[in-house]
Amino acid sequence: MSLISCENLSLGYEGHAIVKDLSFHVDMGDYLYILGENGSGKSTLIKTLLGLTPPLKGSIRYGDGLKKNEIGYLPQQTLIQRDFPASVEEIVRSGCLGRMGFKPFYGAAQKELAARNIERMGLTSLKKRCYRELSGGQQQRVLLARALCATGKLLLLDEPAAGLDPKVTAELYGLIRSLNEKDGVTVIMVSHDLNAALEYAGRVLHIGSRIFFGSREAYRSSGALGSFEGDVKNG
Amino acid sequence: MAEILDNLRQYLAFPFVRYAIIVGVLVALCSSLFGVTLVLKRFSFIGDGLSHVAFGAMTIATILKIKNEMPLTLLLTIICAIFLLRAGQSTKIKGDAAVAMLSVGALALGYLLLNIFPSNSGNLSGDVCAALFGSASILTLTATEVWLSIVLSLVVVGLFVFFYHKIFAVTFDESFASATGVSAKSYNLLIAVVVAVIIVLAMNLVGSLLISALVIFPALSAMRLYKSFLSVTICAAVLSVVCALLGLLIAILAPRAPVGPTIVAVNIGAFLLCSLIGKISGR
Ligand SMILES: Nc1ncnc2c1ncn2[C@@H]1O[C@H](COP(=O)(O)OP(=O)(O)OP(=O)(O)O)[C@@H](O)[C@H]1O
Ligand SMILES: [Mg+2]
Repeated sequence: MSLISCENLSLGYEGHAIVKDLSFHVDMGDYLYILGENGSGKSTLIKTLLGLTPPLKGSIRYGDGLKKNEIGYLPQQTLIQRDFPASVEEIVRSGCLGRMGFKPFYGAAQKELAARNIERMGLTSLKKRCYRELSGGQQQRVLLARALCATGKLLLLDEPAAGLDPKVTAELYGLIRSLNEKDGVTVIMVSHDLNAALEYAGRVLHIGSRIFFGSREAYRSSGALGSFEGDVKNG
Repeated sequence: MAEILDNLRQYLAFPFVRYAIIVGVLVALCSSLFGVTLVLKRFSFIGDGLSHVAFGAMTIATILKIKNEMPLTLLLTIICAIFLLRAGQSTKIKGDAAVAMLSVGALALGYLLLNIFPSNSGNLSGDVCAALFGSASILTLTATEVWLSIVLSLVVVGLFVFFYHKIFAVTFDESFASATGVSAKSYNLLIAVVVAVIIVLAMNLVGSLLISALVIFPALSAMRLYKSFLSVTICAAVLSVVCALLGLLIAILAPRAPVGPTIVAVNIGAFLLCSLIGKISGR
């Protein structure tokens, strides 16, 4: 059974469908890229997969005993108030909470996991700093570190490279690939970076005016790429 | 100075004064702890709405001639809190309207009921004033009310400490929390219920019109000075307790100063001071 399988899914808000009749599945260990132009419903799909937005029609089934607290998530935008007092460390550690059940305080294991992910994202020198005083790219890295803390089996990333400089972007792609290959984490990533998709993706889901779901090779060789490439670039 | 201390010692000899101080400090502690979350979640308007609901609920308890008003007031306020939370989640505008509706409605009905069914004291405006501004009710608490207040306050503080990290997560980023297995819904419910409890508790101290001040001021003051959630929470708690204590002592020593407004005035002073310190130290 697949980790996630979606049948005839319709996505949207308040009865208004944005994407119709979407069927695809994600297997354990997959690396799925979701492509599509702005407003095509990629973020909506991610939120629907996470159960934050109810699907209008169709079904999503979770297999392989996937539990919510094994999912890491990087939102595209976080509506955080301008004046929210929170340090980098506090935010990254909060990624561990899902798996702690009713345990009230962080144990050594959680603190170490958070410290490792802070290190991975190159934030060690910033860990006591206030989140709202960081640059956009630094904030993105904080949320990535939080997502990594929450990740068990599955990692969903909504445009993780947005606002990152080229060096950090390359490191991030490397890190995600190693999580996928070495640690067996299933990755679902929304991206506008077609080159990265053609390099890293296991499978590609393209949503928009036309829907494509298949392997990277099929995506490359299908006439699809030509016709999609335009709107990805314009997007 | 010695005279003032002597005076104070005399007052402290009365058990009701000691009760008032204990309850006042505990209530101030509770309200400041959850105040940080309410302010950051932009829920402070719910706190305000609920305080009026609590006033209405109390008048109902009064005209039903229930001797101990607190349990009924508590129950009605909790129900309204849950309702407001639900309404607030559906859509923004409807939620705001629901709060306004409930709070103004409760205020009007409360006053109406008090007029139709005058209480035994025969001093209507005095009663209303006491309910709205707290005047002396903290000094007239019955032993049951004192114990109930103490127990509830300790429960509130305990819940806050126990769920501190979850409350942070749900306050900071609700969708991430619920996406990764922290039941944001349950914690929102918990917050709403606890806020209702705090409001009913605080009504005795500062009266229903001024409760929001007790909830909002310490949080906002602390946010001028500190930048991590933990330090803001601790600072708000300390500030709130100190302000409440100071306000109570002033009100006890200066017989003309009503308790609630005095505490709020001290809180305003603390806020101005914190803003100034924040500005100067460039935070
Ligand atoms: N909360 C919402 N309520 C109503 N409509 C929404 C909401 N969020 C998004 N939409 C609409 O749904 C459509 C898809 O939005 P979505 O955010 O999923 O696009 P996207 O593919 O992620 O785009 P981008 O590449 O810009 O991130 C848009 O037309 C948007 O206007
Ligand atoms: Mg998006």
